[in-house]
Amino acid sequence: MTQSTMTLRRYLVLGIVTLTSSCGDTFLAKGMQELGPVSLHQPAQLIHAVLTPWVGAGIVLLIGFFASYLTALSWADLTYVLPASSLGYVIMTLLARFWLHEHVSPLRWLGVVFITAGVGFVTRGPSYTAPETADVKPAEEVRS
Amino acid sequence: MQVAHHASAAATAAMIGSVVFWATAGDILTASAMRRIGDLDAVRARSGLVGAIRAVVTDLHFGVGVFCLALSFFSLLFALSHNDLSLIGPAATSLTFVSNAAAAKLFLKENVDRRRWMAAIFVCIGVALLAL
Repeated sequence: MTQSTMTLRRYLVLGIVTLTSSCGDTFLAKGMQELGPVSLHQPAQLIHAVLTPWVGAGIVLLIGFFASYLTALSWADLTYVLPASSLGYVIMTLLARFWLHEHVSPLRWLGVVFITAGVGFVTRGPSYTAPETADVKPAEEVRS
Repeated sequence: MQVAHHASAAATAAMIGSVVFWATAGDILTASAMRRIGDLDAVRARSGLVGAIRAVVTDLHFGVGVFCLALSFFSLLFALSHNDLSLIGPAATSLTFVSNAAAAKLFLKENVDRRRWMAAIFVCIGVALLAL
């Protein structure tokens, strides 16, 4: 049985999943671009990279992504959350084009259209399949 | 600059398959963990933020899921040492959308109807196009 359990707050959580994922990856890319090529023979450079503002901010955002992604999975199906949050690829492409000034080919814009259509498909449907098996614990029974 | 030693087609397919397999296993197990725990907002309201974090990190499915995601990451690194990012990245990412839909239907008993299959396939094609 499927049902829609989405509220405004939950759409906001999905938005946070999308934004933190795309901004986190873009911040990492920006930081590593500024740092230049890192040799695997000099791991200290990677530690230095983590301490730079862009890379550090990117890591913080990706931690926020994982936390909000897990939150979304606690009230929506995996097959709902994954396509719905893939809008992050679209945001990443827009950031790459207009902030990092990268070239985006027509085929990549077509990819943006496909992803947007996929997100449209899934978000118009129910978000959650109610569990049928008895081994799934209701939230009230979970103890800290 | 080091150049990747390109593997045979069969070896490349096996590497991509390995990345997709571990990523799917990780996603399914973490999703299963969150489903067992229940609505995190409700858990946090009852037990506080620390209680919610403890409920997640002490769940066996979550631990094994994160381990599988780590294996997926290292499989990806291994694949990238033998092949180009432009091949491995989009192939692994886009195939994972489809494999997740199949695995979610099989193991999580999610209702993957035509709408969700279309969404997975459209996003799969879109991600592949973005890498071109």
